[in-house]
Amino acid sequence: MSAVGGNSGYVAPFDLWRLVKNAAFFVLVVVIVVVMVFPFYYAILTSFKSGTNLFIVTYWPTELNLANYLNVFASASFLQNLWNSIFVATITVLLSLLLSVTASYALSRVNFRGRGLLLMTILAVSMFPQIAVLAGLFELIRFYNLFNTPWALIFSYTIFSLPFTVWVLTTFMRDLPIEIEEAAIVDGASPIIIIWRVFMPLLWPALVTTGLLAFIAAWNEYLFALTFSSSNAARTVPVAISLFSGNSEHEIPWGTIMAASVLVTAPLVLLVLIFQRKIISGLTAGGVKG
Amino acid sequence: MAELQLTDIRKSFGAVEVIRGVSLTIRSGEFMVFVGPSGCGKSTLLRLVAGLEAISDGTLSFDGQIVNNLAPSKRGIAMVFQSYALYPHMTVYDNMAFGMQLAKSSKDAIKERVEKAADLLQITPYLKRLPKQLSGGQRQRVAIGRAIVRDPKVFLFDEPLSNLDAALRVATRLEIAKLHHSMNGATMIYVTHDQVEAMTLADRICVLRDGVIEQVGTPVELYEQPQSLFVAGFIGSPKMNFLTGKFAEPYGASTIGIRSEHIQIGPGEGAWSGKVIHSENLGSDSYVYADMGTGEPVIVREDGTKKHQPDEAISIRPQRGQVHRFDSEGRPLGRQ
Repeated sequence: MSAVGGNSGYVAPFDLWRLVKNAAFFVLVVVIVVVMVFPFYYAILTSFKSGTNLFIVTYWPTELNLANYLNVFASASFLQNLWNSIFVATITVLLSLLLSVTASYALSRVNFRGRGLLLMTILAVSMFPQIAVLAGLFELIRFYNLFNTPWALIFSYTIFSLPFTVWVLTTFMRDLPIEIEEAAIVDGASPIIIIWRVFMPLLWPALVTTGLLAFIAAWNEYLFALTFSSSNAARTVPVAISLFSGNSEHEIPWGTIMAASVLVTAPLVLLVLIFQRKIISGLTAGGVKG
Repeated sequence: MAELQLTDIRKSFGAVEVIRGVSLTIRSGEFMVFVGPSGCGKSTLLRLVAGLEAISDGTLSFDGQIVNNLAPSKRGIAMVFQSYALYPHMTVYDNMAFGMQLAKSSKDAIKERVEKAADLLQITPYLKRLPKQLSGGQRQRVAIGRAIVRDPKVFLFDEPLSNLDAALRVATRLEIAKLHHSMNGATMIYVTHDQVEAMTLADRICVLRDGVIEQVGTPVELYEQPQSLFVAGFIGSPKMNFLTGKFAEPYGASTIGIRSEHIQIGPGEGAWSGKVIHSENLGSDSYVYADMGTGEPVIVREDGTKKHQPDEAISIRPQRGQVHRFDSEGRPLGRQ
């Protein structure tokens, strides 16, 4: 950072202007970080409080009470809800990646009439607000007898994640050198083998990125999850959290809600941290040209 | 190992016909070079032979068997691409073994073939490396190795040297020539826009222009008996000098072409006079660019390192019997 605004060769012993610029830069960074992270930080703080302490505003940890966390796990269906979330999000990701990899191969490499229109339609689908399709989707799910099962959510989440994954993977795949594919064709590879053994390894960064985003979207989704389930056993975590009830009708159990929120966000943060290492840029380097 | 017969091959992309009726026999074991300016269809023709593009009309046969509708992997070909097209995520060994793995060959057979090819190309030390850990020349050798492992009847090269720097290009050119000798009988088709590569590598050259064959022949035939103005101008470096009008009339031609080494400097019968524009000294010989009052300068090759100054007056005369004559259609009228 010291090079910012520095004159080459000569360095003043005390450069006020540079000091001010550096200070302003860090103030800006701090403001951004605080605005972005504060709500989550406050949720963590709250999750460790109990009783009336919940309503006393503090900015630093004052107590480390695990009662809320124990409460969350004591609730009969939370583990079931957590499992539902994991199952739904995982299957959604696998299904959308499988469908979108094969679809994007066709969309990026096979010439057919109406390809541009199809791509545009796919993009347009992702622009509809969830509420617009809710009624129609509900009828579909009833028709297929999926109501109140995890498959209702997997079905609807896949519909909403596919446009994005297809679009991103198509762009990535279009950028893969055509010669690599042709070399594979000469080597005797079928389209399936090309996708699995040649393209998939090259698409890893894109797959991880889109898969992670699809996972987060499915994990956090609320509206469909609320609408397409009626029993506690079929609910996912976001809905379950919102339906936590306190000791009386008028008490909202903030502490438990915050503890549960922290519990379900932690895996996401962990996932991102694990997979960001896998997102290796320039994996295709060396295959073609130099 | 295979004789290729192209009969009236045509290829259209939409309404545009890029290959317009090519008939050609490529003999078994021959090193055939397709050469031509960019956009002449030479790469498309190679891709038709490879099976990467579908033939619109005409027949292509290998050893008498029509292969128009055969998949590339079933034709017994191997291709080396300009951009190497190695699989970036596989080691050199796997890159070379991939085709045989797909064909479900035994592990031992694969190992033997890969190691033999690696030995031939001296890339054995790199077998465990990834393509990105290799230099451009090494990558192209791996790509050639991948082709050898397939043990093809026909090798196809699509401008394999274009991405290499000048020194490597010469070295790799030599290796490809050696490869052709060591792979007794393998037919090779090589596409290039560089006529020097064509001249040095080819048994026969096929000059293409706008999707049709201009001339097929040995390098010497093309150099000494060009069958059109285009071939005369395309083959040879520096380019053949073309003169029209009053220079051509005494020869009874519309255009005459004289190669730079067939022009002598000095006054004499039938000499033309002009002045020197520029002179390039290459050590063993030098090229003199002379302005004869025509549009383009006439290039004259001279032995030794004698330097001509710009604006110096100069007299030049073509050697007898080395003047190529062409009519107004660009057809040859023989030499005089």
